[in-house]
Amino acid sequence: MKPSRGFAGPEQKSISPSVMLSLKDKDCPVIRKLLASGCCGRCVLRFCCVGKYSAYQQSCEDLRKELLVFLSEHDGEQSHDASGEAEAGDPPCKKVKLESSEPSSGENASVEGESEPSGVCVACVGVLQDFCGQTYAKQVSEAVRKGDYQFESLMLAVSLPAQLSVREHSCWLHIKKEVREKSMYLDKEDVVQVKDAFKWAVQGLVGKELGATVLTNSAFEVSVGFVHPETDGDCHFLATECPDCFKPTKNKASVFTRMAVVKALEKISESKFLRHYPCPPVSPSSTCTPLQTTCLHTSVFIAGRYNKFSRELPQTPWVIDGERRMEGSVEELIADPLLAAFKADGFNFCSSGREDVDVRTLGNGRPFAIELLNPHRAKFNKAEIRQLQETINTASDKIRVRDLQIVTREATSRMKVGEEEKTKSYSALIWTQKPITSADLDFLENIKELKIDQKTPLRVLHRRPLAVRQRLIHSMSASYLDTHHFTLQLRTQAGTYIKEFVHGDFGRTKPNLGALMETEADILELDVESVDVDWPPAVPE
Amino acid sequence: MEETRERAPSVIDRYYTRWYKTDMKGRSCEDHCILQHSNRICIITLAESHPILQQGRKIKSIDYRISDGCSRLNNKVSGKSKRGGQFLTEFAPLCRITCTDDTEYTIFSCIRGRLLEVNEDILKHPDLLLEKPSTDGYIAVILPKLEESKTVTKDLLTREQYEDVVSKRSTQVQESL
Repeated sequence: MKPSRGFAGPEQKSISPSVMLSLKDKDCPVIRKLLASGCCGRCVLRFCCVGKYSAYQQSCEDLRKELLVFLSEHDGEQSHDASGEAEAGDPPCKKVKLESSEPSSGENASVEGESEPSGVCVACVGVLQDFCGQTYAKQVSEAVRKGDYQFESLMLAVSLPAQLSVREHSCWLHIKKEVREKSMYLDKEDVVQVKDAFKWAVQGLVGKELGATVLTNSAFEVSVGFVHPETDGDCHFLATECPDCFKPTKNKASVFTRMAVVKALEKISESKFLRHYPCPPVSPSSTCTPLQTTCLHTSVFIAGRYNKFSRELPQTPWVIDGERRMEGSVEELIADPLLAAFKADGFNFCSSGREDVDVRTLGNGRPFAIELLNPHRAKFNKAEIRQLQETINTASDKIRVRDLQIVTREATSRMKVGEEEKTKSYSALIWTQKPITSADLDFLENIKELKIDQKTPLRVLHRRPLAVRQRLIHSMSASYLDTHHFTLQLRTQAGTYIKEFVHGDFGRTKPNLGALMETEADILELDVESVDVDWPPAVPE
Repeated sequence: MEETRERAPSVIDRYYTRWYKTDMKGRSCEDHCILQHSNRICIITLAESHPILQQGRKIKSIDYRISDGCSRLNNKVSGKSKRGGQFLTEFAPLCRITCTDDTEYTIFSCIRGRLLEVNEDILKHPDLLLEKPSTDGYIAVILPKLEESKTVTKDLLTREQYEDVVSKRSTQVQESL
């Protein structure tokens, strides 16, 4: 719904403000009322529902001047009504009719008089007056540069004081009648938001300064914000009128969040609002204060598979009572080189299952994914990723990584899909109390698709719910080592606790290997031979 | 059989600490053994010196209904935090065991904590209690409070102290003979 003016005469040599600003005749009453109330030029455009970005990119002073010119031209047009054509470039020196504040007191209320630098805007408390220019754009860009990010595009996020919504509502009530006269289809939602006007005015400048494209959606977000303590109290009457909108929550410093204020304004009746709040709003004495500019790059996800060759290496740091129990961990060995290369602030490690500290993971390895938080560099080509994998692998012989690749956030969920249904293969060193016979081993090999009931193992019961879970041992094969030892190969449903299946966990896994073999059995070593999850895809060497 | 004695440390040796309560509630030789896992979970078992395990006794019945109003069999826990489990103090009875010679013994909690489960297998197969008193024949699983996990065992004896008590007992018996 872009307002356009079809009657801009082709004869016109200079572009008139009406074209520049995409204003219509019927905007005049709105413009007059808002200027008189102490609105800045950009806020006037907003309430005229001007959706033309370039209109907001002029300086505030020029904009104000043009609005005044437009008003006077309009008066001119009306006087030349019969001719049907405006005489462009010949603005008649007409007074601006201001309805409320200056009721036609002097005949000399001139255009120049009105374009004097006005006070702080009653609607935007200065956001669109003092922070839409080159100076602020440079300030923001400088802060971004200090962050030392690599990026090709950016998006701008703006946080505004919640009371701006109250002021916006007051302004809207003030000019509602005039806007509706312009078009009965226009409503409060059609007013351009401060946030959008701000972006239209300033984001191009920031983009140019930083040599980056500004998009509505980019992985790199530059956040700016403003506060205005002077008018924080503007919202307070809403809490007594609509208490249910302002319930205290744990993590919010104030109940007056923007969302809560907007919700309360939707509920409150016009008469109640007007009883508590001036319409139009009162002019503030100070302009708003900008908050520190912050940058955030969306997470990068890296996936791969790892082998763990050590029986003294936990998957994640092992801390008991705040004390580190063992040196190093799989996740740190993998993540540390990645953190350094991506210059990320932190990471989250996630894998398809996990192994105990004393369990090795052999074969093709275990799928994992790492979320790198706020990476300052996000773009890496395949060769660079291969190099990173090499760095990880040469740094330690306790682990080895393959298939390292950048993936999307969505793809990482494939690692967890059907985790329970997948098959895992293990190799275990078993001790039995009774001497082993070849008949025992044959007996084990003949067991197929054995259903077992596992109560939550005692070793994890302190942090998991107590339950009985049914699991399948698909198949087993055994190779004799000595009288009391043999190697057992198992293919089981994922989620089977192998150690407990062997020693029985105080009889809490039924049946268990000891019960099957009618002896006491124990597990001395365990290796994961394969984790049959087909993600991430293999990366050809 | 020689080789079995050379076996590596057992599951209990590897993951649990053995604690003992001797002469529970002043009842001679009614010794309990508490196995505490490194994750603070405790398993209540009969110590090998408990009268039930002596003199080839047989078990007639095991009853977890410790009073008209309270049965340990009704214990239910839900969720990671084990809501709903009965909270036990050290002298809370867990079950009563009657032997075929009509001697009756009460087994106690010995530690403060939340009851997680009782061993229903020994109801069906009381011999488990005699054959595997420290594993499959356990009495109950108790989870001490996190903040008490270090202190719940302070009034219990270590394995060494327990062995001391038991050996003194046998010399006393010999002396009295």
